[in-house]
Amino acid sequence: MIEFRGVTKRYPDGTVAVDNLELQVRDGGITVFVGPSGCGKTTSLRMVNRMIDPTSGTILVNGTDVMKADAAQLRRGIGYVIQQAGLFPHRTIVDNVATVPLLLGWGKKKARDRAMELMETVGLTPEMAQRYPGQLSGGQQQRVGVARALAADPPVLLMDEPFSAVDPVVRESLQDELLKLQAELGKTIVFVTHDIDEAVKLGDRVAVFRVGGKLAQYDEPGVLLTRPADDFVDSFVGRDRGYRGLSFRSSERLPLHELRAVLSGERTEEGWTLVLDADGRPLGWHLDRHGGATADATDLVPGGSLYDAGTGSLRSALDAALSSPSGLGVAVDGDGRAVGSVAADDVLDALAAARRAEAA
Amino acid sequence: MGWVSGNLPQIRDLTLEHLFFALPPVVIGLVLAVPLGWLANRTRVGRTLMINIAGLLYTVPSLALFVLLPPILGTRILDASNVIIALTVYTLALLVRTVADALSAVPQVVVNAATAMGYGPLRRFVAVELPLSVPVVLAGLRVAAVSSISLVTVGALLGFGGLGKMFTDGFQRGIPVEIVTGIVLVLLLALVIDGLLLLLGRVLTPWDRVGRTAGRSA
Repeated sequence: MIEFRGVTKRYPDGTVAVDNLELQVRDGGITVFVGPSGCGKTTSLRMVNRMIDPTSGTILVNGTDVMKADAAQLRRGIGYVIQQAGLFPHRTIVDNVATVPLLLGWGKKKARDRAMELMETVGLTPEMAQRYPGQLSGGQQQRVGVARALAADPPVLLMDEPFSAVDPVVRESLQDELLKLQAELGKTIVFVTHDIDEAVKLGDRVAVFRVGGKLAQYDEPGVLLTRPADDFVDSFVGRDRGYRGLSFRSSERLPLHELRAVLSGERTEEGWTLVLDADGRPLGWHLDRHGGATADATDLVPGGSLYDAGTGSLRSALDAALSSPSGLGVAVDGDGRAVGSVAADDVLDALAAARRAEAA
Repeated sequence: MGWVSGNLPQIRDLTLEHLFFALPPVVIGLVLAVPLGWLANRTRVGRTLMINIAGLLYTVPSLALFVLLPPILGTRILDASNVIIALTVYTLALLVRTVADALSAVPQVVVNAATAMGYGPLRRFVAVELPLSVPVVLAGLRVAAVSSISLVTVGALLGFGGLGKMFTDGFQRGIPVEIVTGIVLVLLLALVIDGLLLLLGRVLTPWDRVGRTAGRSA
């Protein structure tokens, strides 16, 4: 466990980057530090592996005061993923990943074997092993950065705005992969970002910092969105927080309605009909204005987002309904087959029911 | 051309002698410049001081330095070590600045990453900062080597050997071919050594080329 006890960082010019921080990071989860620039989130992270030394207070990693440990030794035991990856441009990918094992004196062969194994874990092909970082895309470099941090299997992983320099599409897939990886590895991860959406998506717990290095709120993301501690957190989590808060509500009790669906080439009735492929997966919507038309798979209105019946969040159910041209969201099972429809009103009713249950 | 073919052994000896004077200072200068350049980069004051001293040393005329060194070092005026030490001073003056610049050009994010991975300062310097400074240092080294090759000729005025002797000798005895041959050989030596250093740079920095090729094709 990582514990901040009354930690303050004051620079010689008087600026206070972190102000009396009290915080405990839980084992085996992702804790996100989020806040605007100048809020001390990065400084706090960097004090854990002594890239920055605190002015006062104590930081404990698994019960040991980091200031009493040898800095280089301490760092070899803590994984660190840096912004823009920070790879060594003069070393091949495999040697980049093998950095910490080599520092720990593993021996070349063992370190490289481990590096190859980790490259696979983070989704890099073995051909990339002998390339140099300059030959990789930003997203690939960031994967190498993650692999490098994991190489010596450290229990703690610090991630310093690791995905901020890649484009949104790549960022999203990197986030998804991190969550998948974390489900397997169960590391204690501290993740710094200025992006509240990223924080809410990745964090088991989210610490919101305000300018001046003060901790504004430390909670689970769902709580952060539904019950912000003050106006600052409220404005920081953003205008759509009500909508985004639905991400953390289960759709277990959401009723499914029957869905009017046909195969391509079949007759339709007046109104909207969902057209399915032979396996029952949705292809798109067909609008029949007068009744008695024929569904044509080549002439469909594209459907909205899909909702995983029962397992998706209320947010995904509502989004499915709102983004569907017919106003009915398509619910699918684990294999992507359409199993029913959801209406926006049902989502709101489910929310109201959940709130009544909480209030009772 | 008759003069050349009649004096081949002598030309060969002078060329080898020239290299003997010109190259060790480049090597010694580089070896000394690395720790000094590192030191210069530690503090702002150290850097200003070091670079100013280096600049000052470089402005001392070579002939004056050849004459001044013996009393300072307690060597005889025609001792070969005078030339080698004088040229080492020049190489050092050139390279301290180059090494300091090269080291400060190493991306801070990479240096920080190395620290965060658990490199101690010395190991980080040898394993990360030094290799990454090779392209810039090598560019400076090429200038230093060529300048050293050309400066050795000045030593001939004091009676040292090397290809400069062909200038003084050719001038005194009125043999223009000898002077021209000397000039051509100095140029050739400079070109060959420069080419070899360029090659060495390529061998030492395979990552530098692929990086740039990837950048171009992207």
